[in-house]
Amino acid sequence: MALLQIAEPGLSAAPHQHRLAVGIDLGTTNSLVATVRNGISTVLNDIQGGALLPSVVRYAADGSVQVGHEAQAVQSDDPHNTIVSVKRFMGRGLKDVGEVGNLPYRFVDAASTGSGQAPGMLQLRTIAGTKSPVEVSAEILKVLRERAELSLGGELVGAVITVPAYFDDAQRQATKDAARLAGLNVLRLLNEPTAAAIAYGLDNASEGVYAVYDLGGGTFDISILRLSRGVFEVLATNGDSALGGDDFDQRIYCWLLEVCGVSLLGAHDTRLLLSHARMAKEQLTDHVQTQITAVLSSGELVDVTLTREAFYAMTQNLVQRTLQATRRALRDAKLTVDDIKGVVMVGGSTRMPQVQSAVGELFKQTPLNNLDPDKVVALGAAIQANVLAGNRSADDWLLLDVIPLSLGLETMGGLVEKVIPRNSTIPSARAQEFTTYKDGQTAMSIHVVQGERELVSDCRSLAQFELRGIPAMVAGSARIRVTFQVDADGLLSVSAREMASGTEASIVVKPSYGLSDEDITRMLKDSTQHARDDMLARALREQQTEAAQLLEAVGNALQQDGDALLDAAAQARIRSSMDALQSVIAGSDHQAIKRALEALNLASTEFAQRRMDKSVKSALAGHKLSELE
Amino acid sequence: MDILASDFQQDFFRLFDLPLRFQLDTTLLEQRYRALQAQFHPDKFAHLSESEQRQSMQWSTRINEGYQTLRNPLNRARYLLALHGVDTQEESNTSMPTDFLMQQMEWREALAEGRQAQDITVLGEMEQRMQHMRRALEQELARDLDDAHDYAAASGIVRKLKFLEKLGEEISSAFDEIDS
Repeated sequence: MALLQIAEPGLSAAPHQHRLAVGIDLGTTNSLVATVRNGISTVLNDIQGGALLPSVVRYAADGSVQVGHEAQAVQSDDPHNTIVSVKRFMGRGLKDVGEVGNLPYRFVDAASTGSGQAPGMLQLRTIAGTKSPVEVSAEILKVLRERAELSLGGELVGAVITVPAYFDDAQRQATKDAARLAGLNVLRLLNEPTAAAIAYGLDNASEGVYAVYDLGGGTFDISILRLSRGVFEVLATNGDSALGGDDFDQRIYCWLLEVCGVSLLGAHDTRLLLSHARMAKEQLTDHVQTQITAVLSSGELVDVTLTREAFYAMTQNLVQRTLQATRRALRDAKLTVDDIKGVVMVGGSTRMPQVQSAVGELFKQTPLNNLDPDKVVALGAAIQANVLAGNRSADDWLLLDVIPLSLGLETMGGLVEKVIPRNSTIPSARAQEFTTYKDGQTAMSIHVVQGERELVSDCRSLAQFELRGIPAMVAGSARIRVTFQVDADGLLSVSAREMASGTEASIVVKPSYGLSDEDITRMLKDSTQHARDDMLARALREQQTEAAQLLEAVGNALQQDGDALLDAAAQARIRSSMDALQSVIAGSDHQAIKRALEALNLASTEFAQRRMDKSVKSALAGHKLSELE
Repeated sequence: MDILASDFQQDFFRLFDLPLRFQLDTTLLEQRYRALQAQFHPDKFAHLSESEQRQSMQWSTRINEGYQTLRNPLNRARYLLALHGVDTQEESNTSMPTDFLMQQMEWREALAEGRQAQDITVLGEMEQRMQHMRRALEQELARDLDDAHDYAAASGIVRKLKFLEKLGEEISSAFDEIDS
């Protein structure tokens, strides 16, 4: 309990203590961490006073890791071991990553490690060994976690991590795994445009339908939201999780190769020219032309002028792609540009003048740029984290988000049957029934895919499920109900049950691009083997924190509803579980705390359910029965 | 998993405290939807115990499902008929009045032509006409379900609306195709 006694000055959080929670924008180019302090969302700076942490990770031979500016500074000198824009590889296979030839990495296709026919998430070979994008991202998150803990002076209860709205299940899962690996308790994965809308909407007390146009370093999202009386309702979202500022750099890079007549550059030169391309792009935001000057390792001099006009021409179709996605989102929301009250611009890449003018032209209005496009996502995430951690917020608001891409199943002939359509509000669930086609069949294979196309081969494979333990019956008489559940993070889970006999069929999941639990456990071990004690201490603190929260929650619930909903015996059972937990909480045996915690969870399940039922009724109380018919 | 208490299984009209009818006050539905989500959404339970989090997800899922079912007229009609124990026979019964079928064929041809010619105006006009027809069918549904209680006739209209829904999906995918 002592761990939670950190009260924020000026915040009379009592009887609840202020719980430290942060919002993290894990970006392609830069990452940030923010928190709500004294009721105001603030970005936390590093010791030098900088807010942005470049999302660059460098591995050294001795196993040490550099993250941020230090790593960025040496990216051209050590291109194989310095990983830039790792977000583009999250939950992706080698064949998904376009223009691999232009990236100075040594990729390892996970298929070669051979776990099933699925291609698997790509990996990167570095001097410190082969790294998964999840591990690389975890290094970035660790630095941000440390920054936050140092600056807030305590252990974090949890974090909201933002993801592009158009991220599919594999990319979301990879992000959550990275956070886990970094020792963060993920309160929620939050869509980036929605985070921006929170920061913007709560700031401006806006009402009406807004579009959030979010062009980041590597991803593009467009979300259409309706803001009204404290509710943020996402009506539709669209985008491209492989389209961002990096692609504009690539266009300049390719143009450089062409005008200079060079090809097949080494990794150093590739990274060098990509850095110059990026600088040129940034220059063109305020200047009509810029000079690109670089010396290649061969001694050859690159010295050319790039005009705004030429830059706009070579990137025109990238901008067009964002506009197409925007029109699709509008159509899905059944709206036209005339219905849009404002367009909020998010992401560093929206600084490009051609993007501003194209968006303005489409919506027939000047886009809104009043919040820093680099910071707005982290600021919104922090506001959400503060609420999710259980800190009272002055204004009560609600967020209703959607899944970006349809979820479906493979059916006969490689066709997709959609089970949960895109833009469904989450959490969402749908059940589908299947039957056996052979006498005595006891197993069945199910392939889950995500995407809008009709053919399985055009959609993204999420997982293969094998249902086993179906009781042997005549063909066609087994009824297997497969339930898809998408949670508030936008993550899918699947369960199955044979309806005729009531047997729970067991499921073997083979995530196509994800990591298995064993992978995560191994990575956790690898990353903490030098600091095992540290890990145990952390586990203990986490259990203690969780136990204290649960005791508080159950105690309050008993006080409010105990007498009304439970008889004396039931109350006594819960109290005795509480006592048991209380007696171990201050000890150092985290397993004992865990056991007592689970026992209390179990003992209070029925009570929690009754309270839920009660509040359903009271939520609707005030409506008279006479309104019923 | 065992939270299937009677309250959880109540029908969606009861969940939103609305009369069991096809015609419904959509503003009221929306208000109640928001009121329920404001109370049960997983965001409100993120700091509580695992079992409370799980139950909130199940409730919130059900509220979303109920809202989707009642908000969309075709889903609502289907759901009402199911509550009355009527099978709409959408897979098995493919017989349609001839004039309706002729019209459908005409529209499908127009769609194919519009698609071929990449003509957004043609598609837009079709969408309008379809919208018009949809509204007329919904009015018929209201009469059959709420006044005449003629469930067989209502099932017929549900099947027609399903046709239109499919056509609508094809029109919108044609829009996407042209715009790419």
